[in-house]
Amino acid sequence: MDQALAKDIADADVKPIISFRNISKRWGSAVAVDNVSLDIMPGEFFALLGPSGCGKTTLLRMLAGLEVPTEGQVLIDGQDMGDIPPNKRAVNMVFQSYAVFPHMTVTDNVAYGLKIDGVPQEERDRRVQESLDLVQLGHLATRMPDQLSGGQRQRVALARALVKKPKVLLLDEPLSALDAKLREAMRFELSQLQQKVGITFIMVTHDQDEALAIACRIAVMNKGSIAQLGAPSDLYEFPGSRFVADFLGSVNMFEGTLIEDKPDEAIVACPELDPHRVYVPHAVLGQEMSQVWVAIRPEKMNLHKDADTPPAVPECPGSYNVARGEIKDISYLGDISIFHILLASGRLIRVSRSNRSRFDQDNFNAGEKVWVSWAGSSPVVLQS
Amino acid sequence: MAQRRAPLEYNRMWQMRLWLFGVFFFLYAPLVALVAFSFNNSKRNTVWRGFTFDYYVKLFNDQDLLIAFANSLTIALLATLISLVIGALAAVLLWRYRFIGRTVVEGTFMLPLVVPEICMGVAMLLFFTRVLPWPNDLPWPLSLGSIIIAHVSFCFPFVALVVGARLASFNKEQDEAARDLGANDWQAFRDVLLPHIKPALIAGGLLAFTLSLDDFVITFFTSGPDTITFPVKVYSMLRFSVTPEVNAASTMLILLTIVLMILMMVMQSRGQKKG
Repeated sequence: MDQALAKDIADADVKPIISFRNISKRWGSAVAVDNVSLDIMPGEFFALLGPSGCGKTTLLRMLAGLEVPTEGQVLIDGQDMGDIPPNKRAVNMVFQSYAVFPHMTVTDNVAYGLKIDGVPQEERDRRVQESLDLVQLGHLATRMPDQLSGGQRQRVALARALVKKPKVLLLDEPLSALDAKLREAMRFELSQLQQKVGITFIMVTHDQDEALAIACRIAVMNKGSIAQLGAPSDLYEFPGSRFVADFLGSVNMFEGTLIEDKPDEAIVACPELDPHRVYVPHAVLGQEMSQVWVAIRPEKMNLHKDADTPPAVPECPGSYNVARGEIKDISYLGDISIFHILLASGRLIRVSRSNRSRFDQDNFNAGEKVWVSWAGSSPVVLQS
Repeated sequence: MAQRRAPLEYNRMWQMRLWLFGVFFFLYAPLVALVAFSFNNSKRNTVWRGFTFDYYVKLFNDQDLLIAFANSLTIALLATLISLVIGALAAVLLWRYRFIGRTVVEGTFMLPLVVPEICMGVAMLLFFTRVLPWPNDLPWPLSLGSIIIAHVSFCFPFVALVVGARLASFNKEQDEAARDLGANDWQAFRDVLLPHIKPALIAGGLLAFTLSLDDFVITFFTSGPDTITFPVKVYSMLRFSVTPEVNAASTMLILLTIVLMILMMVMQSRGQKKG
């Protein structure tokens, strides 16, 4: 995917709007960002995703000029930012706390950046009005920030940043302070807004659902480096490492040994799945007898009523990709149910089933013995 | 029938009421007596002999006292302004920057708060006679310079303390937001940080003003033979006898302090409503 995207970009002859070149940031011996290189294209909704302390916020702040890189270059629209202070950069930020100025009205907040730039009154008023309408805050223009809800304050912060028509809008954990329902709604609104204004958005988040739902491309970060870069579905379906597989969504991970690795099939033996083995209908391109990990998403596993012989599995020869176990617990979540299944090896795995019918025909109960199976295309074999 | 006392209604216990009464009595009875006797029509000031405004009239015709009063106001005003600048800068310095010896600097700033006033007074006296002799023949208000410097030295820590407390609640992202929106350091300070600490500046300023206005000990040691402040003047009047004139003068000082305190509280509540 990376190569395909790179080719697309080369074909379109588009220059990146943001380039990080071998960027590092250290505080004493602590490394926040470790030699990161990254290009972000104009018009993208890009997400930096990772656990706290992975360096994603530091990367964003270096882009805004609020932190100075220890090494490397930041380029905005091809221009080296070097020592250029934050007030001279064509990017604007929506802060995690929104940082709305409490002593100014909504209008004054939004007008602030234009006032500093010396934009004439008439144009200023027009642009402020436009910007407020864009985030649907026109009716609250004269309010003070303490009279606004959290969601409204966030809109003020958005309008205040967008009114300056930045080349890139930076969002630091934009939805983390909102409650669940509002967060859901704002996800959709943010991507709508991005399409409407056509500006590049870069969002920092630790919430994988948020990143998957909004972003065109995601960089998953871990310990100051980019673990994997790609479209949401690529990252989810084709994780390159255990960290990415585990961080994005939920996964059942099994340690094992690569027994066979042919051009069109590979077999992995996992002690926790004994006596059955894992089959994939493609090459792993690893060393035979080397240590590997098999990752299988809970929704890609199937449940079968107990029987003496294992169930038939698609894309896979018999008695592969199955496991026998007992249902320990069922978590009913409405849209899906999660089955916790204890395998003979003592390993507990998660299998999810969507509740597409209002009546469950199969009627699995806790304590019941079952077969678990997964198609040949479901497992991802990871070498790191 | 006596009602049952709710769990936290301590004010309905008679012991508590007695205690409260004692507190208020010993706090305010002397002040009430002082004000009351300023209207006493008697030279001796021990027995009530009728109501009069005579001593207030006398007060306003006493040239020395008026000069002392003018001196006090001038000193308080200038000391407050200088304390505000130094105190606010000190607070911002300690809040924004992490540097080696920061705690030592913070400690030295706060030293004037804990050093006994009498020691400060003696130290100032020595300083202004031996180290930096303050000329006696300077024109007014330069002649007040030594007192102003002395007052600033114990007033600015209070300003720094109040402003520092306010700064602790400042969201640094607001400062970053201002700079992100195009403000330079000065503009960000003026438009974001200054409005945030404004209530603290007002409160700290009024605190410094009243402290300076009321100060006796340090002023007593630093004032030259020709510069006299209101509290020092009251003291010198007291040396002859406790006349109602002293009472009247003190009443005026109390009145001024109360007005300033009310002003401070009004400003603060207004600041809270806004912020």
